[in-house]
Amino acid sequence: MPFGNTHNNFKLNYSAEEEYPDLTKHNNHMAKVLTKEMYAKLRDKQTPTGFTLDDVIQTGVDNPGHPFIMTVGCVAGDEESYEVFKDLLDPVISDRHNGYKATDKHKTDLNFENLKGGDDLDPNYVLSSRVRTGRSIKGYALPPHNSRGERRAVEKLSIEALNSLDGEFKGKYYPLKSMSDAEQEQLIADHFLFDKPVSPLLLAAGMARDWPDARGIWHNENKTFLVWVNEEDHLRVISMQPGGNMKEVFRRFCVGLQRIEEIFKKHNHGFMWNEHLGFILTCPSNLGTGLRGGVHVKLPKLSTHAKFEEILTRLRLQKRGTGGVDTASVGGVFDISNADRIGSSEVEQVQCVVDGVKLMVEMEKKLEKGESIDSMIPAQK
Amino acid sequence: MPFGNSHNTLKMKFSSEQEFPDLSKHNNHMAKVLTPALYEKLRSKQTPSGFTLDDVIQTGVDNPGHPFIMTVGCVAGDEETYEVFKELLDPVIQDRHGGYKPTDKHKTDLNPSNLKGGDDLDANYVLSSRVRTGRSVRGFCLPPHCSRGERRAVEKLSVEALGALTGDLKGKYYALKNMTEAEQQQLIDDHFLFDKPVSPLLLASGMARDWPDARGIWHNDNKTFLVWVNEEDHLRVISMQKGGNMKEVFNRFCTGLTKIEELFKNKGHAFMWNEHLGYVLTCPSNLGTGLRAGVHVKLPNLSKYRQFEEILKRLRLQKRGTGGVDTAAVGGVFDISNADRLGFSEVELVQMVVDGVKLLVEMEKRLEKGQAIEDLMPAQK
Repeated sequence: MPFGNTHNNFKLNYSAEEEYPDLTKHNNHMAKVLTKEMYAKLRDKQTPTGFTLDDVIQTGVDNPGHPFIMTVGCVAGDEESYEVFKDLLDPVISDRHNGYKATDKHKTDLNFENLKGGDDLDPNYVLSSRVRTGRSIKGYALPPHNSRGERRAVEKLSIEALNSLDGEFKGKYYPLKSMSDAEQEQLIADHFLFDKPVSPLLLAAGMARDWPDARGIWHNENKTFLVWVNEEDHLRVISMQPGGNMKEVFRRFCVGLQRIEEIFKKHNHGFMWNEHLGFILTCPSNLGTGLRGGVHVKLPKLSTHAKFEEILTRLRLQKRGTGGVDTASVGGVFDISNADRIGSSEVEQVQCVVDGVKLMVEMEKKLEKGESIDSMIPAQK
Repeated sequence: MPFGNSHNTLKMKFSSEQEFPDLSKHNNHMAKVLTPALYEKLRSKQTPSGFTLDDVIQTGVDNPGHPFIMTVGCVAGDEETYEVFKELLDPVIQDRHGGYKPTDKHKTDLNPSNLKGGDDLDANYVLSSRVRTGRSVRGFCLPPHCSRGERRAVEKLSVEALGALTGDLKGKYYALKNMTEAEQQQLIDDHFLFDKPVSPLLLASGMARDWPDARGIWHNDNKTFLVWVNEEDHLRVISMQKGGNMKEVFNRFCTGLTKIEELFKNKGHAFMWNEHLGYVLTCPSNLGTGLRAGVHVKLPNLSKYRQFEEILKRLRLQKRGTGGVDTAAVGGVFDISNADRLGFSEVELVQMVVDGVKLLVEMEKRLEKGQAIEDLMPAQK
């Protein structure tokens, strides 16, 4: 694929203007930030592994975006991308993450005991609870850029780490490329299986290369803790269960994550993290906690209330259909999760979900009885 | 995108075995040739512009192929690819092109007066005639690897060269990115418009980057001579018209091509060509002449004849549906064209089409009358 640093040097034979992408029809964060001057300034740089500016922006050039959805339009190829190309990525991060400044510090808090409540969301309304995040393994290039050897090394380390888990975390790894038909059926039925990305946003960034080599799914025997290896990030970690006990889901999430991190650290490959960006992931939209904590909740009345969107905004929550991002809700059931990723801790974000969902269920119950909810509209968090 | 030489150098930390792709489920020419030993030998190399072995093979790794169709599974990123990676590409070429040896010489003959006949294919059967080829402009990287600056330079040169054509060849360029709705509709109606590739074979090699920047269609006022700029190759040149006058189609093809080549030479950018591989194109399957000459011809009876496939094989022809490669025939109308590309000259290949189609039409007429055709069976050419 194209932009090796020899080729990057070749490209310098052409002026910045000749190489600058045509972004006139584009509507993504990268396109809003990348001026000709910035392109000229950054185009001869590369990270230690050879990731270049054109590599960072290729997905945003190839995918102009949508008039109503603001995609990010750039990716990191390694940990250093966020430093070498900070002139581009800091403003993108700021735009995407509510004005998060280049000088801001991000707080990590994975102490589940700091979460207040969350064990009593009404299961008549809250059908399931889930927390997910991503992690990158220090010392390896990220999915847009890694080689097969690197990806396999990440897989190998991950399997070692996960197989050493015991108790409630004892489980098994299923590599995508040697899954039996029966295993595949079961993983689909459990809603665990991930497939080769089809989104042009991901494909254009090079994440699907060599599929399905070194990709796999690990889950515990109880099917409440799940890890995806080498999909959009090195690791995606998911804790989930039916019902409304978010406290338990978060506890398992934190404990499991920390156990895994310890094992990686022992192998001198901790997770990528710094005090400005928190956990480093492939897409700038997932920096900070990389955490999405959410529930599937029945809100048939509230969702048709005039102020539903406003309530969500004030609670710092977002809605999705139950098929995930970009799907429609079915039968009045919504996926409600935290909107923020960076600038607040894991505990804070899950707290927003717990408190916010509790309030929305109360509102739903009131509306069922034909009562008004005007007195319950929250202030902006 | 990934494999810059910094990253190529970093990959050397991993053993060849750790980096060697898993080709156990693959069925393409690359996978049949690339052994772990060959991978080890070539993996540290790169062309002057930085194209590496992994770049060459990525499309073949990502697309295991089909049990019945043998895809090539590798591409060139520049002219030097065929030299630097000859140990992989020579055997691939040999397998794909009927045993063509690394020491063989390819003959180019674009003199249309060397074609015998071809002006009298029966228009009641032969609905249309067409000749296409590709050309690469020396000094620029090929579509899997080129930068925006390079691609735009190829477009600029092409627009200038084509703009200098006169008489029967006088025409106009339509850039994909600023086509009007009316122009687009007209080009669709004329069956001239090409769109962003959707085939995973092409996408995985990086040819669709920056779409639709610097891509366009040029055609003459008569709509009989058409050039695609920066699709799968730098240039695709097409001569076509209704009816069976392949001689005229080939005349125009040769005249136009020769004129365009002169214009490019005058600008200091000849076409990529050498006496072993003929015209150098992105896909090894298109080396030599890069020529596919064909007709749309009605053969409802012959196509059901038990020896139809055998006849085509002996005539060195292939059939496709009228939608092009991988489509089905409709209403007994087939696309019949030369099977070879390399090791035969342009004149020789078009002669096979002309002679072969003439014979096929004769056979069709006999079968219509319920007569036998065994005496017409050709020998293997």
